[in-house]
Amino acid sequence: MSTHAATPTAGTEPLRVVIVGHVDHGKSTLVGRLFHDTGSLPDGKLEAIQAMCERRGMPFEWAFLMDAFQSERDQGITIDTSQIWFRSKLRDYVIIDAPGHREFIKNMITGAASAEAALLIIDASHGIQQQSRLHGFLLNLLGIRQVAVVVNKMDLVDYSATRYEDVRRIYTEYLSGFGAKADFVVPISAREGENLVKRAATMPWYEGPTLIEALDSFRPAPRPVELPLRLPVQDIYKFDDRRIIAGRIESGRIAIGDRLLFSPSGKTAHINSIEGWSRPAAALQAQAGESVGLTLDEQIFIERGEIASLPDNPPILTSVFRGRLIWLSHEPLRQGAEYRLKIATREVTVTAQRVERIFDTEDLSAREATEVGRHGVADVVLRSRAMLALDEASKIARTGRFVLTDGHNIVGGGLIDMKGYPDQRESMTVRSSNLQRVDHGVTNVARVRRNGHKGAVLWFTGLSGAGKSTIAMQVESRLFQKGYLVYVLDGDNIRSGLNANLGFSPEDRAENIRRIGEVAALFADSGMITIAAFISPYRADRQRARGAAKESFHEIYVKADVATCESRDPKGLYKRARRGEIAEFTGVSAPYEEPDAAELIVDTATHSIEDSVRAVVDYVERNFTLTES
Amino acid sequence: MTHLDQLESQSVYILREAFNRIDRLAMLWSLGKDSNVMVWLARKAFFGQVPFPVMHIDTGKKFPEMYAFRDRYSQEWNLNLLLEQCPPVEATDATLPPAARSAARKTLGLKAAIEKYGFRGIIAGIRRDEESVRAKERVFSPRGDSGQWDFRDQPPEFWDHFNTDLPAGTHLRIHPLLHWTERDIWRYIRREGIALVDLYFANNGQRYRSLGDSDITSPMASNAATLDEIIAELDDTTAPERAGRAMDRETEDAFERLRAAGYM
Repeated sequence: MSTHAATPTAGTEPLRVVIVGHVDHGKSTLVGRLFHDTGSLPDGKLEAIQAMCERRGMPFEWAFLMDAFQSERDQGITIDTSQIWFRSKLRDYVIIDAPGHREFIKNMITGAASAEAALLIIDASHGIQQQSRLHGFLLNLLGIRQVAVVVNKMDLVDYSATRYEDVRRIYTEYLSGFGAKADFVVPISAREGENLVKRAATMPWYEGPTLIEALDSFRPAPRPVELPLRLPVQDIYKFDDRRIIAGRIESGRIAIGDRLLFSPSGKTAHINSIEGWSRPAAALQAQAGESVGLTLDEQIFIERGEIASLPDNPPILTSVFRGRLIWLSHEPLRQGAEYRLKIATREVTVTAQRVERIFDTEDLSAREATEVGRHGVADVVLRSRAMLALDEASKIARTGRFVLTDGHNIVGGGLIDMKGYPDQRESMTVRSSNLQRVDHGVTNVARVRRNGHKGAVLWFTGLSGAGKSTIAMQVESRLFQKGYLVYVLDGDNIRSGLNANLGFSPEDRAENIRRIGEVAALFADSGMITIAAFISPYRADRQRARGAAKESFHEIYVKADVATCESRDPKGLYKRARRGEIAEFTGVSAPYEEPDAAELIVDTATHSIEDSVRAVVDYVERNFTLTES
Repeated sequence: MTHLDQLESQSVYILREAFNRIDRLAMLWSLGKDSNVMVWLARKAFFGQVPFPVMHIDTGKKFPEMYAFRDRYSQEWNLNLLLEQCPPVEATDATLPPAARSAARKTLGLKAAIEKYGFRGIIAGIRRDEESVRAKERVFSPRGDSGQWDFRDQPPEFWDHFNTDLPAGTHLRIHPLLHWTERDIWRYIRREGIALVDLYFANNGQRYRSLGDSDITSPMASNAATLDEIIAELDDTTAPERAGRAMDRETEDAFERLRAAGYM
């Protein structure tokens, strides 16, 4: 096969293919042989490799084509990823060699993350090994959907169809365990050049494509032009009288005149021009993949890290998300520790709030943990103080993935999953902008004088079954008897009236709590001791309620663990949730975020209801009663 | 978008990241085809200007045509040009083979310049397809406090998230052309009309495919006298690009040793 004849696709984008698999299963040999058999080796390379081998008194070693480091050749092991170009009859390829030794997973990911397709190599004689599985799992995490499994060293198993079939069956079953599949499973001998370019006479039972045919059937990854616009701001330039917003369009397209919404700031402006230098003609539009510079029709203040979108299809706003990540540092990821998070061009500090589960990539089981060791794959809840603009990885990959850094280096990376967490954009938006606050004719001081106590919001949060409603109702009657103005905002009453239009999606739940927070704040302002008893699982929501009532807000954590609440189960809800009849039930299938600075904690797992009620009443008397001085 | 558009866009993204994240930044300009493309890409990224110094680490042994080119285009392209001289060959590692020692002068010249100006980032126009040690490089590649490359333990780099935070006393090498091939470079030069030293074009049956110091660089037999002819010639050759660069192949690990010590 002549590889250097002019091809119809010359000058088009080469397909990027990564070669992965367990150490010593023959990745580097495969690349060397593939280059030789397609006539892609540069002049003198074969002789150079020959000389290297002779100096070491060893037989010819194809791996030396890509193992450029002396230490790699001396130890016979690939340390770092490399890239090399070649051509088939059909098109150009970039072959990315990724090391298979567990020690160099970071380099495997560095190489594999940019690939559009993968060859996963398994030694037929040695069988499926730890890195065979981990690499398959990571390819899926990295979003590589075109995979050919290559069963190598068939010469060592006498070209046994049974052996091939065993490997094929077990490995494809493993892949299907997380929804992945192999497009092809090709039996080869890289050393002998069988089923690479030439069909092997030794394996007549195999009727599938050769390796090169499998490669040629893969398609380049399409640019996400049809997805919603995402243009992360990379920099703002003021080299001359133009103020240019620079960035790369990660998905979608833009045109002059489009109105852009910047998130998280919420600012908007229209595209005035698409700037460039030394172009044949000025651009009127641009699309995914292009690095652009824009001027806007208004001089709004925006910074690096914001994401521009069209107003009707913006990214999610949130301060918390779940990341399915691979951890790469020698130091484990610890629950409660802080890291730097990078999403597109944004960089903020996050806390690893909770390790939800760690996956065992050997058998795909999951277990609980509080830290993630090196090369661990885990679901981790990450929280930032700042509002983040992001997407779910399954919807828009480039703004749906992140890396974490610690000290000077990247220590992990993963995909964003928002299941169970609401988009906070709705609750961030003030729709009416022509409102003015009106001062009351009655002062707050006057109200307190007449009532004998201050108004307040007592915000009861805790799991279902923790005792919120029971305690709230008893506190209400106790305080009423003592002469306090007091009222309980009850879930069912609110949902049947004020919030009748809301369901139970994460967004609706967030809106439910937002409205209650605002109403409670108004009640408190009118002088009431207002008790709001709601599960309110998200810190962000409670924080917003606190923002509404300000210093009148007192968070009371009605604390009991899931096991205790489930044993009480007054409404039979846990049972139904366990049976899967209630989706996203807090504590069972949706997260509960404990308060980190509650004003009062009443622990109903260790204290009686009577003690708990007394603790709250004491708290009210101590803090809200008017003491004439 | 064509393949060249895609390559250009990625390089522009890298250059803009470097400019945003790194305070004291300089670009190396060797006067060769790749670094001319790199200067051109910087002007694309920053709308006509190069907002950081462009530095020529001069061995004093370049071809006269290269110096003439430098003087003309540093003016024409409005570059903030820094000229730094290399120390004599006696200052280099005496255990290196002769041509590599000669090249190592540039490593020392660069190191001195980094110290002199306190640069934290050096943009260099290397490509993965040139040479197998370079193929293992990162886009943002950290260097130790004496400029050395710890190639045995490079940090992870993926999804276009680069390691831009670096310890005091160290610097980063930024490689905006890492993903380009020699053929890409020539096609882009043709498309954009980028000026080049005449030595690349055949004269009396010879041309230079890669330019270095005049005493350790040799021409190849060629009749390719135009861009179209050069591109056609490359489509049809299996000779490596750096065949005329003596320093690469004196011993098995000569180039690896040069790069580990900080060569570009």
